[in-house]
Amino acid sequence: MSRIAATFQRLTQTHRKALIPFFTVGDPSLTQAVPLMQALVRAGADLLELGIPFSDPMADGPTIQRASERALKQGVTLHQVLAVVEQFRALDSTTPVILMGYANPIERMGLERFAQECAQSGVDGVLVVDYPPREARSLGSLLQARAIDSIYLLSPTSTAERVAEIGAMATGYIYYVSLRGVTGAAHIDLEDVARQVERVRAYTQVPVGVGFGIRDGATAKALARVADGIVIGSRLVEEMEASPPAELIQRVETLIADFRRSMDH
Amino acid sequence: MKIYDMPDQEGYFGSYGGTFVSETLIAAIDELKTQYLHYRADPSFQAEFSYELKHYVGRPSPIYHARRLSQHLAGAQIYLKREDLNHTGAHKINNTVGQAMLAQRMGKKRVIAETGAGQHGVATATVAARYGMECVVYMGSEDVRRQAQNVYRMKLLGAQVVPVESGSKTLKDALNEAMRDWVTHVHDTFYIIGTVAGPHPYPMMVRDFNAVVGQECLTQMPDLAGRQPDVVLACVGGGSNAMGIFYPYIPHQSVRLMGVEAGGSGLASGHHAASLSAGRPGVLHGNRTYLLQDDNGQIIETHSISAGLDYPGVGPEHAWLKDSGRAEYVAIDDREALEAFHALCRLEGIIPALESSHALAQAMKMAPSMAPEQILLVNLSGRGDKDMATVAEKSGLI
Repeated sequence: MSRIAATFQRLTQTHRKALIPFFTVGDPSLTQAVPLMQALVRAGADLLELGIPFSDPMADGPTIQRASERALKQGVTLHQVLAVVEQFRALDSTTPVILMGYANPIERMGLERFAQECAQSGVDGVLVVDYPPREARSLGSLLQARAIDSIYLLSPTSTAERVAEIGAMATGYIYYVSLRGVTGAAHIDLEDVARQVERVRAYTQVPVGVGFGIRDGATAKALARVADGIVIGSRLVEEMEASPPAELIQRVETLIADFRRSMDH
Repeated sequence: MKIYDMPDQEGYFGSYGGTFVSETLIAAIDELKTQYLHYRADPSFQAEFSYELKHYVGRPSPIYHARRLSQHLAGAQIYLKREDLNHTGAHKINNTVGQAMLAQRMGKKRVIAETGAGQHGVATATVAARYGMECVVYMGSEDVRRQAQNVYRMKLLGAQVVPVESGSKTLKDALNEAMRDWVTHVHDTFYIIGTVAGPHPYPMMVRDFNAVVGQECLTQMPDLAGRQPDVVLACVGGGSNAMGIFYPYIPHQSVRLMGVEAGGSGLASGHHAASLSAGRPGVLHGNRTYLLQDDNGQIIETHSISAGLDYPGVGPEHAWLKDSGRAEYVAIDDREALEAFHALCRLEGIIPALESSHALAQAMKMAPSMAPEQILLVNLSGRGDKDMATVAEKSGLI
C-alpha cells in the first residue's frame, strides 16, 4: 500500500482528518526546508505538499507568488527540491510528500527523468497545476509505473462529466479547490463546499482534500466535517513571511498545531 | 493544393498548442470552445463581423506599393499591407471586435485583457465602449510607466487599467494576472486574449479573426500587382498579425512566409525576444510552444525596443509552421528596426510601429539581392504614433 493510502487509512481508523500544509521549497531558504517539514510533522501534519518554484505561477495568489519569487531569487531548482525530499525521506519514512508545481520546469528536466528522480527521492504524489487530465497522460503513466500518485484538482466549476471522469481516474486523493479564484483568496462558501464535496465523493474511491483560502481554525474545522483532508498553504506562507528567522520554526509549529486542535475537536 | 486544417480537436498544431490550464478554468474554456465553434459556422455572426470590420474598423485596408523605398533599395518591389490605417491604428482591432461580439452573445457583461505596449488594451477598451461592456486591462507596472499615453487612451475609453507588480512587471505578468482575474470572475467575465497564444481555442480564434488581413491580400495583390507576392513578411511577438496574413497563404506553396522576431541587442547578447530563433519548447500561458527559458525551465526576461514584441513565448501555430518548414523565422535587432522605421518615414511619409519596422527591416535586407519583378509583401501591422517617445529618445531628435 502507498504511503498516501496508508496515511488516509490510519486516519479513518482513528476518526481524524488529514492536515496537509503547503509551502514553497526554498522559501525562506533551501537549508530550512527539511527542518520546516519536520516541524510541520511534529505539529500534527499528516501529509506535506511542497511547491516547486516557478517564474509564472498563474493559479497562485500574491502570497504564494512572493514565496516563489523568494525561492527563485536564491536560484532554487527542481533538482534541489527533489534533493530536499530525499533528505527528508532519510529522516521520515512514513509521512507522504506531494510535489505541486507547474509543467515547464518538469518538462525542461524531462518527464521520464522527473518520474525516475521522484521515485528515487521518495515522492509519493505529483500535482501539476497546468496539466489537466487530458494533458497529463504521458507524465501520468510514467508516474503510475513507479507507483507514484497523480493528484488532480476539481473545482466548483467542474461539470458533472468531469467530476465523474476525474473521480474515476484519480489516485492518492482528489484536491478540491474550495473557491473560484487563486490560492489564498478569502471567500469560501462553506455550505457550497460541503455540497460539492458530497458530489465529488459520489464519483470516487479516493479521499477528498479541500484547499484554497482556508485561513483559520473555524473554517478548517467546518470543512474537516465534510472532507478527508484540509490543505493550509497561503496562511502558512504568511506566517513564515511574518516570522523573524530565529522564530520561524516555532511559529510555524504553533500555527499548524492550532489548526490540528481545531480540526480534532 | 494541400488542405490545411490545423489545429486538431484538442487544439494541437503538431505537438504544439493544447490546453494547459488549471482545472479551475477548464469549464470556462470548454464553454468558449463550444460557443466559438458554433458562431464560427454561423452565417449571421460572420455577416455581422464583416459589417463591423467594414464600417467600424474601416476595412478593407489598402495595399500600397512603396515605390520610392523599392527604388532606393534597387531590387525587389516592396508592397505594404496597411493595417496601420485601421481604427485604433493596428490590426489588433480585428480580433477584439470578433471576441467582443462573442462575449456579447455569451451574455458576458465584463471583459478583461492583458496588454504590453497598450495597443491590445486600447483595442479592447474601444470595443468594450462600442458594445457597452465593463472593461479591465492588466498592464505590467513597468509598461504603465513607459506607455503613459496608451494608459490615458484606455481610461478615456472607460476602461480600468490595473498595474501589475508581480514578476518582471511586463506583458507576461499582465497575462498571468488576467488569468487570475478570469478564474475568479469566470461566471460573468470574458477574457479577450490579444495574440494567437493561450489555451485552445484562443490561438485558432485569434488567427481566424485576423485572417481577414491575408484574405484581402489574396485578392488585392493580383488586382494591384498582377500576381501573388514571392514573400510575405510579418513581425512576430505572440504572432497575431503574422498568423493573420500567413494563414490564407499557407496552401499557396510558392509564396514564402517569413516571420521576423525581435532581436533586441542581438541574439548573441541574450537580450532579445526571439522565442522561435533562440528558444526551446515548453509550456506557458496555457499552451506548448517555443519559450525563452533557462536550463531549469524558468521563463526569462525579454528585451526589445518594441514593447509589442517583448514576450517570451509565441503562438503555437508559429512553432508548428517553423518545425514543418512552411514558414521561416529570422530576427531583426533594435538598430535595424530603427533604421527601417526612419527609412519609411523619410521615403514614403508613413510612420510605422516599431513592431512592424522589424518586418520592414527584413524586407529591406532581402530586396537588394532580388530581381525588380519580384515582390515582397510586408504586413505593416500598426502605426508608429505610440512610439514617438521611444524613437526620440533612441535617435536624439529632441
